[in-house]
Formats: sequence, structure tokens, C-alpha cells
Amino acid sequence: MMTAILVAAGLALAFGLLLGIAAQWFHVEGNPLAEKIDALLPQTQCGQCGFPGCKPYAAAIAEGRADINQCPPGGDATIKNLADLLGVEPKPLNADNGTAKTVPMVAVIDEAVCIGCTKCIQACPVDAILGAAKQMHTVIAAECTGCELCIAPCPVDCIDMVPVAIGIEGFRFPYPQTQRVLLAPPLATPTPTVVDQPANAKLDELTRERIVTHG
Amino acid sequence: MVKPPQLKVPQARFSFHGGIHPPENKTSTRDRPIKALPLMPRYVLPLHMHIGAPARAVVAVGQRVKKGQVLAQATDFISASIHAPTSGVISAITEHAIPHPGGLGAMAIILDADGRDEAIEPMTPWPDFTAQTPTELRGRLREAGIVGLGGAVFPTAAKLATGSAASVHTLILNGAECEPYITCDDRLMREQPFEIVQGAAIVLHMMGASRCLIGIEDNKPEAIATLAEASRADARFETIAVPTRYPAGGEKQLIKVLTNVEVPRGRRATEYGLLCLNVATVAAIYRAVVLGEPMIDRIVTVTGAGIVQPDNFRVPLGTKISDVIAAAGGYVAGTDRLIMGGPMMGFALHEDDVPVIKATNCLLALRPQDRPAEPAPQPCIRCSLCAEACPADLLPQQLYWYARAKQFDRTVEYHLFDCIECGVCSAVCPSHLPLVDYYRFAKTELWAAERDQSKASLARTRFEFRNERLERIKTEREAALNKKRQNLATNTAAIEARDAPAGATVGTFDDAFGTYQPQPVSAPAAGLDTAALVITDSAVAAARARAKARRAQLDADRAVQAHANIQIDAQEATEEPAKAQAEPSKNNPT
Amino acid sequence: MKFPTQTAPLPEAQNSVRRVMLIVLLALMPGTLVAIALLGWGVLINIMLAIAAGLLAEALMLKIRARSVRPAIYDGSVVVLAWIFALCLPNLGPWWLPVFGAIFAVVVAKQLYGGLGFNLFNPAMVGYVVLLISFPEPMTRWGPAIDVGGGALNFMQSLAWSFNGVLPSGVGYDGLSVATPLDHVREQLTAGAPIHNATLSLFNSGHLLQAWNLWLGLAFLAGGLLMLWRGVIRWHIPVAVITGVLVMSGFLWLLDSAKHASPLFHLLTGATIFGAFFVATDPVTASTTPRGRLIFGFGIGVLTVLIRSFGSYPDGVAFAVLLMNLSVPLIDYYTQPKVFGHKQGKLQPNGAGEGGK
Repeated sequence: MMTAILVAAGLALAFGLLLGIAAQWFHVEGNPLAEKIDALLPQTQCGQCGFPGCKPYAAAIAEGRADINQCPPGGDATIKNLADLLGVEPKPLNADNGTAKTVPMVAVIDEAVCIGCTKCIQACPVDAILGAAKQMHTVIAAECTGCELCIAPCPVDCIDMVPVAIGIEGFRFPYPQTQRVLLAPPLATPTPTVVDQPANAKLDELTRERIVTHG
Repeated sequence: MVKPPQLKVPQARFSFHGGIHPPENKTSTRDRPIKALPLMPRYVLPLHMHIGAPARAVVAVGQRVKKGQVLAQATDFISASIHAPTSGVISAITEHAIPHPGGLGAMAIILDADGRDEAIEPMTPWPDFTAQTPTELRGRLREAGIVGLGGAVFPTAAKLATGSAASVHTLILNGAECEPYITCDDRLMREQPFEIVQGAAIVLHMMGASRCLIGIEDNKPEAIATLAEASRADARFETIAVPTRYPAGGEKQLIKVLTNVEVPRGRRATEYGLLCLNVATVAAIYRAVVLGEPMIDRIVTVTGAGIVQPDNFRVPLGTKISDVIAAAGGYVAGTDRLIMGGPMMGFALHEDDVPVIKATNCLLALRPQDRPAEPAPQPCIRCSLCAEACPADLLPQQLYWYARAKQFDRTVEYHLFDCIECGVCSAVCPSHLPLVDYYRFAKTELWAAERDQSKASLARTRFEFRNERLERIKTEREAALNKKRQNLATNTAAIEARDAPAGATVGTFDDAFGTYQPQPVSAPAAGLDTAALVITDSAVAAARARAKARRAQLDADRAVQAHANIQIDAQEATEEPAKAQAEPSKNNPT
Repeated sequence: MKFPTQTAPLPEAQNSVRRVMLIVLLALMPGTLVAIALLGWGVLINIMLAIAAGLLAEALMLKIRARSVRPAIYDGSVVVLAWIFALCLPNLGPWWLPVFGAIFAVVVAKQLYGGLGFNLFNPAMVGYVVLLISFPEPMTRWGPAIDVGGGALNFMQSLAWSFNGVLPSGVGYDGLSVATPLDHVREQLTAGAPIHNATLSLFNSGHLLQAWNLWLGLAFLAGGLLMLWRGVIRWHIPVAVITGVLVMSGFLWLLDSAKHASPLFHLLTGATIFGAFFVATDPVTASTTPRGRLIFGFGIGVLTVLIRSFGSYPDGVAFAVLLMNLSVPLIDYYTQPKVFGHKQGKLQPNGAGEGGK
């Protein structure tokens, strides 16, 4: 009995020592978890999550102050990635922060109305707006993340969000269909329509069927 | 079949793993000589008919151009120029439908032919090409817009510029044409062997190579005999018969069959001392170097039971496919599928109002009765017939499982990007799974994720830099303000330097392509932006209209509100005395 | 003119799961006929009952899972499953053996894992093993068709025995049932008696029935060769299984021929050949890479002999198959073929140090 207690205590001491040494030896500067979380966020820097940027939100998640479903630009994909990383259950997007966009958007300034006040330049978190006081402002479309922070400050309301047309370089093949359908010639869609329908839909044996994929 | 003349041609000694032997279906066009097409009224020339950066238009709407005149210049290192297939007037530079599996459109130059078919002065002919340096010859290829005509449409000048010239010792000409139905290379080899052999000689000179192997599948005995005869005088050439098996014509597979070298993905054949070009590409090289003609046409096989008279045509680039089909007699009643390319690697077109581009080697029209019934896909039974047939030695069933589950990192582990999308796996699968569709889906998803990732890190960098900058502004006000303006200007300049500049910067790759003078631009460039993000004019106009409407609405609302406020004030003014009377003790102004 | 589109290439559609299954059924015919001739109508009754129960179970499960029923039934995979399963069952067993076993195999081992193509374990073997462990006594009711003093049963009598347990007058069960050769070996081993006498007697005795395993083995071999010829299976797994059996039993026999049966015995008795060609080659549960298949088959052969020699069951094929099914993902992962261009020892690029990968 006594030996058992002594052995258990000895083991506990030994492992505690090992853990302490390991904590010193393998200590990593900074919070690597926050960086890993930040790598999964879309870097829109829009603030819809309630934090002033993606890094603060990532830090908040790492510290447990924020939930993983606060990011509308990331959408369900980001929530799933965060859930995988943290080992928790994914949950639906918090609708209070906004809805996930289906089509990527960029801001466009109506140059006829712009008065050159630089308020939008100051608002843009990624410096995607080009211009100076009393000079024409324009949004650099390639850098715009679609965060919409420039729309509110504009005193003449000349900024609008426009869907980005994805050209042939950005074309994505859709997920192949697994059941028989007849498809009309599809129009080009900016994002692939996910047609992962389970094979449980009734087959219509009377109509002539072919396997077609969304071209 | 005509018995070939008695010329002993060696058989290929090596083979590749897998492959299948689908029905060849070449009899309807293999003996039809190449025909010219009549002039058509309109030609559509997409700016992006090749791998690499799109070309930049150097003509303006309304400009009159001549046949062979450059319409768009190559921009980046890997890029190609576009030339006018006939003389006429540029009627528009706009988005137009192009052959694309997703039915997307792209920027294109619309040329209205004037019927005169006047040609400009050719580039300086170099019949004695050995006097030119490889750099000058590469410049000529780039100027002429030569791209690989085997289907990959890789700019040939860039392909030949890879690696030092001395390291390539063997040129391989790809005359295999392994895909069913297609006979354009077969006819070219039979009708224009001299151009092919001369073109190959030019490339041998350019690369400093010492021998040339011509690989032709043994279902083309006439072509084998013709090319063997045409190259007999030059001891550097050797024509080799390759056993007919799809996909023997894949570049890596042909290299393996002829030389037993396996070129892995991510490496060029030039790193192994080899260079492989399609026979049509070298024929175009001959025309560009010796005759000074740019690439303005290509041979297209129009075939299938859905075509009234299958044939082979020399088609000017930009010809509408509907015009080409009409020249072949039109569709047979009941045709419901038009495929660009062959039955294994081609894709179905949404409409035939799209132009012939540099990659169009075949137009295949089929009725439902001409192809086997396409049953619904069943679950994968893990029989591994796909792995046995894969010419890249992959495990297609694993790629399928993971692509289906959208676990894309596992697909990369199983070498997804080594897949050449030849379609053999889909063809042998007993469960009729559209395997290649899954791989294409996985690939584009991975590329999109990569793009999103790089965009996100760029955005993060810009955000962090901005925060840093604002910090500095806080501490140094006056100098920081100037610095901020300076920084904004620097960023813009950096962005402009990073993106394709609006001005013409062609000719900066002097080391590779020589200092050639592009044709003088007589009209200002149309200032097109053919980057990946294209905001169409209509979208911007719509946005402006919406903004205007909203402003008008806001103004109206404000006016209404102001009016209402006046009314309320007036009402309150009348109510106050009443209220004051009701509650004399309280005299709070609401 | 506008067209509906498809991005995949035109499929050849010559091969199909149904065609594969039909060839397997054809290949099962010789062995089945020999089994009926040697063992009687019980074999056929078992097969019919198993197929009926299996098809019903599959249809019911697909309905419950809201999947389309017709293509799954049409491709014939359940028929093949039930047939193979029924051939493992004793011919004098009761009716509920094939019924219960088939239902268990289809429902638990196949449908609950996800249906065709998704199951980890060979469903026929799962059904057999469940019966063997749950009902050991009925699973030993083997007996020949040929009269051994008890008289042979005709079809109706077999049905009566199977469903009601009623034998015709004058026939006793003890006269009907016989220990299989492997049963015999197991008894001898348990009793500590030397084997070689037993094996010798098995082949040299006048009992034709003792050679039933030999005839069955040859018939199934013929079927297996038919499948190889038609390209439905590949040679890797059968050859590897047989090699594994011969190697392991040869090794043990050389060690102590009194305690262990000869390799030939192991090859020709029990389900060795049947298992090598029909059971182990089930594509869904076997390894998928060429090298992996060799390892998979070899493992089955070795384990079969080990279980026969040291385990408590007379035949080890079913357990061996199930154990190797477990290790298939591991085997597949480590036996991936070298991708084109990444093979070691291939030509190095000019001037480069490392050639690929």
C-alpha cells in the first residue's frame, strides 16, 4: 500500500519535472495559435466580427473571448476550417454580423460625383483607394477586399459594391453531378454552383437521361 | 489501306504503362485532302488563345488592318501575339463568347473582313536561317505568334528559351495523333512533309541539337512513309513507328516511348536534353522563319456522324465555328453534341457561334445514336482498372475518393497535378464514374484556394503596413503627412510596376528574344485591362444608376422629412399652448 | 445552334458492374454443380434461400436509406455475395442458417457501411463467421449426397430436412453427416494423434466422399481461370494466396510433419482454392495496388494455415480474409506505385543532382 502511494507520487513528480523542462525548452514566442487562426481568416479587415481587424479577432478566438462563427466574409468554409483547427463543432454563421456573400464584390467610385474628400481613403483598411485631397479617388480593384468600410464615410454616397466577374483565368469546374438530369445550356456563373445532390432522388426512367455536368 | 513504299522504319522500343485502344473512327477523314475555306464576313480573335498572359490589343476600333498585321502584342515572357487572318476593319474590341467548357466569354477583337484579303509585307524572310542567331530566331517566333498546336498552345518562343541552348541534344516531333477521329496532323504530314522537315531543321539549329526523332503512330503508314522519305537526305532525322495506343501522343508518354526518359511533373523535357514539338508547330515555324508569315490559320478536322461531309480544312483563326461546319455541309439532323477536340480530351461547346482558336484541332459533331448510352454512375467498386490504365502511374481511385470528399490536400499527396486528364480512367471504369470531372474540379478548387490565400496574405500585409503607417503619423504629424502622400504614390507605382503596365513594354526580354522592333502603333492603344478581375462597363453603369437613384431618393426623403419637420414644429407650436393650458405647472419645451 | 454540354470524355461503356458479376456467376457454376453432385440438394436450397433473403434485405435497406433500389439490385452484386456465402454453408444445415446469415451480411456488413463499394469487410465472410461463432453446431452439419449407409436425400426430402428437420423414415442423421477432412484433422490434433496417417488415409481410402474437396477445388479452379481469362480478376491475389498457403504449411510440415498436414492437403481441402479465387478477390474489400494485392493474398494464405494449425476452428479462410481486410488501408498506403517521372534510378536531368520526387 505504502509502496504504491510512493511510486505514484514519484511518478507524478518525475512527469511534472519533465513537463516543466519541456515547457522551458520548447517554449514558443508569441501565440502560435492566434497566428494559425489568422492564417485561416480571409483578411478582409472589415470589422464585421466586432474586432478591428482579423488579427485581433484571431487573438480573441485563441484566448476564448470570441466564438468561431463571427466572420461573414469567411462564411461556412472558414468556420469549418476553424472548427477543424480547434477541434470543436462547427456552427452556423452568426447572422447578427451579416450574411456571407455568395459573389465576391469590389467597391467602385462614381467619378462623376466624387468630391475628393479623402474620407474613404482613410477608412480603407488595406489602402486600396488611390487619391488625394481634391484629386480624383479611385478604388484599386485588385486590392479591394469587399469590406464595405468606405461606403458609410462618403458624404456624397458615390461608392457602390459591384460583383466581380471572374474571367476564364478564375474559372472553377463545378462538383460533378451524381444523378441523371437534363440540363439546359448553362450560363457562365461567377461561382461554381455546388450540385452535390445525393443519389437518393428518384430516377425518372421514362425520360431520356444523360449524365451532364454543369459545363 | 495503301501499302506504304518499302522503307524500313524502326519500331519504338519502349512503352508506357496503361493506355487503351479505343475505336479510331478516322476513316471518314484520313483520306480527305486539306481544303481552304472561303472568306467569311466576320472573324473573332480572342486575346487569350494561349497559355500565359493575354495579349494586349495594339489596334483601335475602326482601324483598317491587313492580313498578317499584328492585332495584339505578347505581353509577359510567356505570351503570344495575335495577327489578322485577313484584311478588314476592326469593328469592336469587346467580350465575346469563346470555346470554353464553362461557356464563359473573353475579350476579343472583332474583325469585319473587306473581302480583298490584302496582305501586309511579310517579316524579313530568312531562307538561310543558319545565318541567324538562336536569339533572333526566337524573337521571330515570338513576333509571329507561334504557339504549340498539339493542344497545349504554349508559346513556342518561351518554350525554346528555357534552359541553355547547348543542353538539348534531341528534338522529338510529335506526329502520333493518338486521339480518335482527329486526322489534321496526319494530312499535314502527308501533304506538307517538306515544311515539317525544314521547320525541324530550324529548331535543330536554334537548340544546337544533333538529332531529330519523328514519332508517328503505326495506324498512319502513309505519313510514316512520306516523312521517312522527306527526311531521308538528312542523317540527323529518324522516323519511328509508335504502336497505336491512346495516349501515346501525350508529350511525356511519347518521350518515354521513344527515349525511355520519364519527365516528371514540374520539370521540363529540356532539362533532360529533349524537346518535343508537334508537327504542325514546326511547319508554322518554317513559315514564320523562311517565309516571314505569322500564325494566322491552322488545320481543323471536322468530323463525326453529325456532319454531312466530314473533311479537313485549313481554317483562318477567328472563323466562326458555325461557318466551318457550314463549309462541311452542315449538321446531320438530330445532332445534339458538338465537341472541340477529340472524344477523350475534348469538351462540349455550348454554341457554335464561337471562333476557331489556336487550340482547335478538331470539331466533332455527334448524334445520340453515335455514342454509347451514358448510364448513371454507380458506386466505385475499387476494381483498380483505372490504375491499370493510367499512363501517369497514378491511383485514380484514390484521387476520386478524396476529390469526392473535397479533401484536397490528400489529392495533392496522391499527385493530383501529375494527372494529364487524358480520360482513360473514365473510359475503363465499370461504374461509369466521370473521374476526370472530379480531378478538374479538385484542380480548380486548389488553384482558387491558392489565389485566395495569396490575396489574403497580400491584404494582411497591406493592413499591417497601414497600421504601422498610422502609428508613425501619430508621432510625426507634419513630415508624416508628406510621407503618407509619398507612400500612397509609391504604392501606386509599385502596383503599376507589378501589374502589366498600360504602356507598351514589349521588347524588354531582349536576352531571350532579341531587340526586335514591334510594328509601329498607328492608333492609340485601346487601354484594355485584361486582368483576371474585369468589371464590365454595364455593371459600373448600373452601379452609377443605382447610386443616382439612391441619392435622388435620399434628397426626396430629406425634403419630405424637412417638410414634415416644419409641419411637426407648426403642430407643436399649436399644441404647446394647449398643453401648457392642460398642465400649467410643466412648461417643458418638447 | 446551342447544345447541352458535358465536360467528361465520351465513355466507352463496354464494361459494367453487371457484366463483371455475370462472369463471376458463370465462373461459380462448375464448382456449384460439383457441390450439388457431391453434397446433394441442400447446397442448392442454401443458395436459393440466401439469394432470396439477400435481395429482400438489400431492397429493404435501400428503401430505408432512401437510395434508388433498381440499379443496386440490377447489377447483381447481392446475388454473387449470397451465392458465395451459401457455398460456405453446410449442406445439411437448417433453413434459417442461410437466411439469417445472408440478412446479416447484406444489412450489417454491406449496407450499414454505406452500400456497394463502401464496406470494409467481405460481407460473405462476415455472414459466415457470425453464423460459425453463434451457431457452432448447425454449422457442422456436412454430409455427402452419396449413400453412406443412411441413403441419399432427394430434393423434396432435403427441403423437408432443411425446414422441418424431418428425415425420411429409415434414415438417421448420424448416417448422413460426416466430418469434413479438416474437421478430422482438428480432431486428430486435439487428440494429439499424429496427422500423417490421417492425411494419407483421406486420399487413399475407398471413400469417394473424402475426395470431395479435391473435386470441388478443381471445379473452382476452373471457374477462377475463366475469370482470369475474361479479365474480371487479376492473377495477383489468387497466386499470392496459394503461395502463402504452400509456404506456411510447407514450413510447418518440414518442422514437424507429425503435427502438421502436408501443403498439398492444405491446398486441396477446405475453402483454399475457393477462397483464393472467389472470396479474396472481392474488389471492394481487397487491396487495390498490384504490390498490395500480393501482400494481401500472401497474408491470407499464411493466416489460413496458422488458424487451421493453431486456432480452434477447422477452417481459417474466413477469419484470414477478415483480418487482412482490416489491414488493407495500411497496405494500400504503403504500396502506392511510383508515379511517372518519380521513379528512382531513372535518367537524371542534365546537370541536376536529384532526379525527381
